Amino acid sequence: MPAANIEVSETPLVLYALRRADDALILGHRLSEWCGHAPMMEEDMALSNIALDLIGQARELYTYAAKAEGKDNDEDKLAYLRDVRQYRNLLLVEQPNGDFAQTLVRQFFYSAFADLYWRAMMTSRDATLAAIAAKSEKESAYHLRHASEWIIRLGDGTDESHRRAQAAVDHLWAFTGEMFAVDDGERALIHAGIAIDPGTLRGRWLTTLSDVVGEATLTLPQNDWMQQGGRAGRHSEHLGHLLSELQSMQRTFPGQTW
Amino acid sequence: MATPNTPLWEVFIRSRNGLAHKHVGSLHASDATMALQAARDIYTRRGEGLSIWVVPSTAITASDPAEKAMMFEPAESKIYRHPTFYEVPEEVGHM
Amino acid sequence: MYTQALNTAEADDRSLEDAGRAAQFQARIDAEERIEPNDWMPAAYRKTLTRQISQHAHSEIVGMLPEGNWITRAPSLRRKAALLAKVQDECGHGLYLYAAAETLGTSREELVDAMLAGKAKYSSIFNYPTLTWADIGTIGWLVDGAAIMNQIPLCRCSYGPYARAMIRVCKEESFHQRQGYEIMLTLCRGSDEQKAMAQDALDRWWWPVLMMFGPPDATSQHSDTSTKWKIKRFSNDELRQKFVDATVPQAQYLGLTIPDPGMIQDAEGHWRYSEIDWTEFKQVLAGNGPCNRDRMAARRKSHDEGAWVREAAAVYAAKRQARQTAQAAE
Ligand SMILES: [Fe+2]
Ligand SMILES: [Fe+2]
Ligand SMILES: [Fe+2]
Repeated sequence: MPAANIEVSETPLVLYALRRADDALILGHRLSEWCGHAPMMEEDMALSNIALDLIGQARELYTYAAKAEGKDNDEDKLAYLRDVRQYRNLLLVEQPNGDFAQTLVRQFFYSAFADLYWRAMMTSRDATLAAIAAKSEKESAYHLRHASEWIIRLGDGTDESHRRAQAAVDHLWAFTGEMFAVDDGERALIHAGIAIDPGTLRGRWLTTLSDVVGEATLTLPQNDWMQQGGRAGRHSEHLGHLLSELQSMQRTFPGQTW
Repeated sequence: MATPNTPLWEVFIRSRNGLAHKHVGSLHASDATMALQAARDIYTRRGEGLSIWVVPSTAITASDPAEKAMMFEPAESKIYRHPTFYEVPEEVGHM
Repeated sequence: MYTQALNTAEADDRSLEDAGRAAQFQARIDAEERIEPNDWMPAAYRKTLTRQISQHAHSEIVGMLPEGNWITRAPSLRRKAALLAKVQDECGHGLYLYAAAETLGTSREELVDAMLAGKAKYSSIFNYPTLTWADIGTIGWLVDGAAIMNQIPLCRCSYGPYARAMIRVCKEESFHQRQGYEIMLTLCRGSDEQKAMAQDALDRWWWPVLMMFGPPDATSQHSDTSTKWKIKRFSNDELRQKFVDATVPQAQYLGLTIPDPGMIQDAEGHWRYSEIDWTEFKQVLAGNGPCNRDRMAARRKSHDEGAWVREAAAVYAAKRQARQTAQAAE
């Protein structure tokens, strides 16, 4: 029965696409959990739009990963038939929504990176990745704008919103280091001009963060100890629950078309 | 406790370059920046727009429908303002 | 429907108002003129519309919950994106409709508060649970299908802002119904298990969907005021019959059986359905449907938990305004 996990031949390129696809899907999924429950209807609309952008990015990246792998996997098999240890997303994106502040700080940290990342990736020698980057860059730029405006309002709003926003910043900070890490396989892709070195983005990322966080009257933590492991399939406990929900239909009714 | 009101904004969208901004609806937002973002997320999901204006609803001054006769009817009799009022022989061609 | 089942027109108390103005108003309606927000209108017209439009808006928003229940479990990425976009659209519909209702002079916050306090109604259909993926197909196909049937005539409603909102809504709705039908078609062309899932969903949703159109004309407490004011253009039974006639061939194409063994086609080609269980309808409307309490609890939770966010935005806006004023004064 094909409800068992699929096997993926993780060549550096396949793994590279898969990691970004998993980031987009898991974060999109998290945001979609808000639909119908946001603090105001205008935000139901906004968060759903961002979720749809991310799910769209995930689909393109999965399709590309499947093509690069050249077996009979496809976007749905990659999304629905890998378990926690096979998922390659950042720990940051799988963190639960928490309150609105936590969701928006998570989005802000990620989008501030994604905006720079996709813009840089537009020059990738890999035509598909460059095309995905061109589309994703515009989307991420808006996600960053939206999140920044909220960080400023929550930070510089009421005492309660300030406290919640600062708590979210403090809590999620340790998950940001992973965005800039590179392993050997990725290093080879960077040399080949297919990938970019995310380490080179960290300075500008920090500038964006400092600007917005400063305007929001919040502070960034001093602690540099960063959690790692998502890229290698060592996740937090949260991802398993997310996947059991995300994958429930495909796991319960193996091999069917929906 | 009653929920406090969030300001109301009127949304105008230019659907294509060359066309004027057209009123499409309204929304609630705490300030102009948020109103603009909300307008984008609510009213342009299907590529309906290239440009958005948001205006606080309170900033709009509207004519009173009860004064419709005084306001608009006097224009109706000025038919000489329309080109069709004037006669130009057909031989002259389009003018 | 989203509104009309629940709605009784206000008593027409025009005698209390300027009779001349009222006659003029009715003449405008009769001439198919649109009434706009600042126009004079009878108090009862305003009240009826405020109630109808806001109930419609509440229905769109509460209606996000049963389908939202499956966004995180949609069986493919394509279905996930479509469902999320669909539920998001319903939120948009709620927003358009609240905005239309507000033009009559009651703020959205007041309207929402009334709903959260249990003082306003929303469509009974959303008090039924979504148990399987086939329910998502069935809702798109039948619930949105029934809504479209009701909403198309509302595009010609006498009140301008409501009619304009409905035009926007109707444009978006046809995607909803088509995505629902496509889900059903995929299930019906799939395995036996999938087909059984589709039939089960139809069995559970059929009668509640027919109830969406509201009580039968014979017992309906609708005065003809709504009709006279051109808010309502077809009776409950007329719309219900139109819906059934359109739906039966669609079900046949899917190879599904409508759970009404007594249904027959009459000489004119209309599908005559059996007696509807109005006791159930009344109970659901009275708050005793399978999900009434859950739906209200979910809406209240979002509202309450969002209060600090709305407050933060308001306080920030005031601070920014003050800073700008101070700067301008320098
Ligand atoms: Fe609807
Ligand atoms: Fe709708
Ligand atoms: Fe719909």
